[in-house]
Amino acid sequence: MLLLAGGIVAVALSVGAAITLGPADVSLVNVRDVLLNHLGLADIPVRVVKDAIVWEERLPRALTAAAAGAGLGICGAVMQSLLRNPLADPFLLGISSGASTGAVVIGVLGVGGSVLGLSGGAFIGALLAFALVMLLARLAGGGTDRVILAGVASTQLFSALTSFVIFAFADADETRGVMFWLLGSLEGVRWDDVALCAVVVGVGIALCLTYAHALDAFSFGDEIAASLGIAVSRVRLGLLVLTALITATLVSVTGAIGFVGLVLPHAARFLFGPRHAALIPATALIGAVFMVWVDAVSRVAFQPTPLPVGVGTALVGVPAFVLILVRKRRAA
Amino acid sequence: MTLEADRVVWHRGGALVVDQVTLRPAPGTTIGLLGPNGSGKSSLLRLLGGTAKPDSGVVTLDGAELRSLTRRDIARAVAVVSQHADTDVDIRVRDVVRLGRIPHRGSFGTASATRDEEAVADALRHAGLTDKADQRWDTLSGGERQRAHIARALAQEPRELLLDEPTNHLDIRHQLELLSLVSRLPVTSVIALHDLNLAATFCDEVIVLERGRAVAGGTPREVLTAELIARVYGVRARVGVDERGRLTVLFEPGPLDESAELTPEDAPRPW
Repeated sequence: MLLLAGGIVAVALSVGAAITLGPADVSLVNVRDVLLNHLGLADIPVRVVKDAIVWEERLPRALTAAAAGAGLGICGAVMQSLLRNPLADPFLLGISSGASTGAVVIGVLGVGGSVLGLSGGAFIGALLAFALVMLLARLAGGGTDRVILAGVASTQLFSALTSFVIFAFADADETRGVMFWLLGSLEGVRWDDVALCAVVVGVGIALCLTYAHALDAFSFGDEIAASLGIAVSRVRLGLLVLTALITATLVSVTGAIGFVGLVLPHAARFLFGPRHAALIPATALIGAVFMVWVDAVSRVAFQPTPLPVGVGTALVGVPAFVLILVRKRRAA
Repeated sequence: MTLEADRVVWHRGGALVVDQVTLRPAPGTTIGLLGPNGSGKSSLLRLLGGTAKPDSGVVTLDGAELRSLTRRDIARAVAVVSQHADTDVDIRVRDVVRLGRIPHRGSFGTASATRDEEAVADALRHAGLTDKADQRWDTLSGGERQRAHIARALAQEPRELLLDEPTNHLDIRHQLELLSLVSRLPVTSVIALHDLNLAATFCDEVIVLERGRAVAGGTPREVLTAELIARVYGVRARVGVDERGRLTVLFEPGPLDESAELTPEDAPRPW
């Protein structure tokens, strides 16, 4: 409980501190004043420019980063437990690629755009990618390594499809915008993006928490999970569709951000143990803090040119990925 | 009334793996499932545990058909220790044993935390793992892992315990300790076993499976005869009773002696 409260405070402080970073000079006091004004708790005079930078630009961006980090983190944690695969992650298994393809098809081609929207397209793409990965892995005979290989195939296929749609149908301006978004970017997120991500991730965390015991039961495989009273197929399908939904929502807003889902659950497990009642909230909080800082740094490190946040997470994530591989080899 | 199988049949991948087997253990007894590799021991255990559904025949728990019960209802009465249940997760022994409390929890958390902790502590003590409760899974020996699984099953507080070759990979002392623990428990246990001497020592009754069919059943002394061992396992054996009245099975290497007390129909075909 104390740790949970501490985690929430850490997220809030990170968001506050991240907002002060950047070319325009904004202090923590400014951030506090702007927040209190907009929440209707005070009426402190703040310069209009600062108010706009904080309220319209940096705050929604930091909150979206927090939601994305938390959401991708729990997706990774849940997939790793259900598939009993320490390398499972929405990005590595091609789910994010599928979601990107779905979003690009809707965005560039405009197919069914009014009905589905970018998020709907991303969701369908994510589910198709997931189904493809599971089918390929099963055809190849199952097992941890096969799932990863199937993920590689799926990632390549959907990346190619995405590139095909962009180069065949998008004009030059669209192409530049889409390519930047594909690398994972929080440029220009708005309050409705914040609301969408926060609702989906919040509901996702709550659902995963109610299934925390069921996720624990999968530690020793399906047979034991079933003997512990878990309806294995139903629970697994439901939770995997939930992770696809979270991934798709986040991809439709931020693009495909890699390695957060892979690495952060391991960090949370290392710090707080493997029980999901602790692991899920820990992963969500660590993910939120991590993403807020990576985004803040990628925003200011090469200013005025922003670095796509996916580049930052990959630069941190790949060494961690290698570390997991090496540790796994030593354990085997 | 307990966990019973009535003429169950199961095909797996097109092959008949369990053929018309009926099992009615008396409550509190220890039943040995014997038979060579591929004779259907594990498959029968999966049918009894409800993780597989029979193609015909029924498995009943207290008279109710297993498929009419929820997984959690079954898990509150029947615990399973299967083969090859391993994990990559950095989990502590206590947390492994705690998994056994999952079927007793409500959908939204714990029913009674103190009750859970008592059951976990009791299970650890029964399995002799109290000292190792805080050790990590990957630091345990094969025997300790097997005992941790038994403790996990005990924490489930089952009335029925299904064990699939629990003595595999254990040294002799741990084999004896584990089976005497199981046979002392006030639960009905069904244990798939390879070692006929262990079965004779610890089981109240044994059932012998051959290609999915139950070919013999009864007390070890009734069932484990040289004839049956020759017929089912294709091995020459001498069965005797030692000075303390225990059944012992000694095996002779080499091919079956055709001239043994086998009648021509009983003798295995010479392939």
